[in-house]
Amino acid sequence: MAWAAGVDVGSTQTKAVVVDEKGVITGRSLLPTGANVVQAAERAFREALRAGDVHEEDVGFVVGTGYGRYRVEFGDTQITEIVCHARGAAQMFPATETVLDMGGQDTKAIRIRPGGDVIDFCMNDKCAAGTGRFLQSAAAALELELEELGPTALRGQRPVNISTTCTVFAESEVLSWLARGKKIEDILLGVHRSIASRSIALLRRVGIEGEITFTGGVTLNEAMVSVLEDMLHTPLNVSEESHYMGALGAALFALERIQKGRETAAEKEGVA
Amino acid sequence: MTIKTSPDELIGRGARDGGLLFRDWFDSLTRAAQNDEQAAYVFVMGSLHEILLTFDLHTVFPEINSLQTAVRRVSDEYLSLAEDQGFSPDVCGYVKADYALQLRGGEHPMGTIPKPSIAVLTNACNTYLKWGEIWERMYGIPMVTVDVPGTRGMSRGGRGPTREDMERDRRYVEHQLRELIGQLETLTGKTFDIDRLREVLDLTNRMGRAWREVLKLNRSSPAVFDAMMEGTIFLGVANALRGTEAGAKYFEDLVEEMAYKSLHGISPLLDHGVDYGKEHRLIFVGVPCYPIFRRFYQLFSEWGGVFVSSTYLWFASGGLNLDYEYDLSRPLESLAEGVLLGVQRAGDSMLFHDRYLIEAIDEFGADGVVYHPIKSCRTVSTGLADSRRVVLAERDVLCLYIESDMMDKRVVSEAQLKNRIDAFFEGLDSRRIRKARADEAAPASSPA
Repeated sequence: MAWAAGVDVGSTQTKAVVVDEKGVITGRSLLPTGANVVQAAERAFREALRAGDVHEEDVGFVVGTGYGRYRVEFGDTQITEIVCHARGAAQMFPATETVLDMGGQDTKAIRIRPGGDVIDFCMNDKCAAGTGRFLQSAAAALELELEELGPTALRGQRPVNISTTCTVFAESEVLSWLARGKKIEDILLGVHRSIASRSIALLRRVGIEGEITFTGGVTLNEAMVSVLEDMLHTPLNVSEESHYMGALGAALFALERIQKGRETAAEKEGVA
Repeated sequence: MTIKTSPDELIGRGARDGGLLFRDWFDSLTRAAQNDEQAAYVFVMGSLHEILLTFDLHTVFPEINSLQTAVRRVSDEYLSLAEDQGFSPDVCGYVKADYALQLRGGEHPMGTIPKPSIAVLTNACNTYLKWGEIWERMYGIPMVTVDVPGTRGMSRGGRGPTREDMERDRRYVEHQLRELIGQLETLTGKTFDIDRLREVLDLTNRMGRAWREVLKLNRSSPAVFDAMMEGTIFLGVANALRGTEAGAKYFEDLVEEMAYKSLHGISPLLDHGVDYGKEHRLIFVGVPCYPIFRRFYQLFSEWGGVFVSSTYLWFASGGLNLDYEYDLSRPLESLAEGVLLGVQRAGDSMLFHDRYLIEAIDEFGADGVVYHPIKSCRTVSTGLADSRRVVLAERDVLCLYIESDMMDKRVVSEAQLKNRIDAFFEGLDSRRIRKARADEAAPASSPA
């Protein structure tokens, strides 16, 4: 039996996924990327192998994805995370036609066909407002852990208007609302709505069709899911694996390469 | 067509000769600056080059000077100098580089640019008017603006100009050209020679015929030139040398080269050392990213991407792309008509290009369209997202939307560009594989 693996080296976190011949996840891992990208990729890969109880020599193909994909030095090829998120989302939620991926510094809106072929995509450009980084700035200003943001925001009743769309200035704007006596939960709800509105603008640029699958690290934030669903007037496909969608897509492409290799070999031997 | 030149000489001749002609042209400008000869400052859209040539004026294209500072990787020096004088980072990079060039006494990486004796412009771009005013103030020179009426939103479902409107507009432009001639006579002390204009227009007609033939030859598969890489060289020659024997001959020679490449299936990717297999045929919308021009091109070519056409070749060719020839029996009247049509189509190619793009997708068999809005020129960047939506709705192609600048490397992020371009080609490759599978499956499933 041959396994396939995908390693998604993102700006903030590195994810690795190992799948079996049916494309089922057998092991996965998540680590902070840090400054040593090569090492982060290697460590994530090995942890995923350990979690899946898979030996490295049994892995037939590895695809690197994410901004650091060319630093996955043990990888066999590289594919962009845009295409990998689309592939992963189509596998996990086959009725997906629209994907919203919200990561550490990128937010991507992707339109896909059944099966995951990308029809169109667009991303935030030059500015990290509307991404996970914006949440990090707000958390820093409010002295909260990232995990506390979602539950706190969900208690908000009267969201403030976050007028600035600059991540760098987000901190000062949050502080100014605090100084005016606004509740932390209302400020945070405003932050979430601000990010959601920018993401929805991206979605509109590619066109919102069919089921929407939400992927990336920010899917762990239940307030963001709730705000997006409220503003889009539709439920989102989210799962525990949403954070790993890019790595999963990469692993599925790796699996296709293994299968394609077998077909080619069989054709050469005249079996097929 | 009979090919008279050996293949070794022929292939790549256009790029080589274009470079040499361009260098000679800059050398002539340097000599003009040294000898304090008269020069007219003009713009690529509606340059009125033909009239200026009849008065033996040197023509200076500030847009070309500016983009050359970016191609030669020194635009940041010029932009910084202009911004030190108070220009905002958001102002057109071409304007700022030119302003800095004036402050530096015409010092340019290709030579020395002469000071203007007159500025001649049209309203093809809003910025032209304010740009001309800078020279007017700096040098106290006359600035002549030819007001060219637009098409009244024809491409957006407006009624468009009628035959009567066009004739009225043509006469309006002609009247302004006659006023311009009067000013040029005063400036140069020379009398306008209509026969000389006839000769110059004849040479432009020859150039235009060959230019259109070159554009059409890129319908070949594989394509015969890259509309962004080689196309930029062709555009430079088309603007700087229109109305000259050297310019007409250059494009006639180019037809010979491209016809040979078409006949023998020689791809421009091979000229650049890329052997990717079947090309992805693309159309480029906007102005290239000159601060990393070669790398920008490679981001596409290394995936087998070839630009078979571009809106740049339409709006920056001074109307040569139009199927219009000057009527030598009525040169001035016909020139007015050519300027009117050229400026109108240039405006429509920037602002209402979705119709033209859809026609070009069909004509050139394009697989994808690349939209490249730029920070410092809103004229060519406005409405691209809407155009993309229309094209996607009407044709089964992939569209890529990437943003950078034509001058300012501070807003060029190669990593971000590469990520988007890679994803675009992954999508094109995936489509190609899917189509091949469908084609393979089709005969088996169809009834015998």
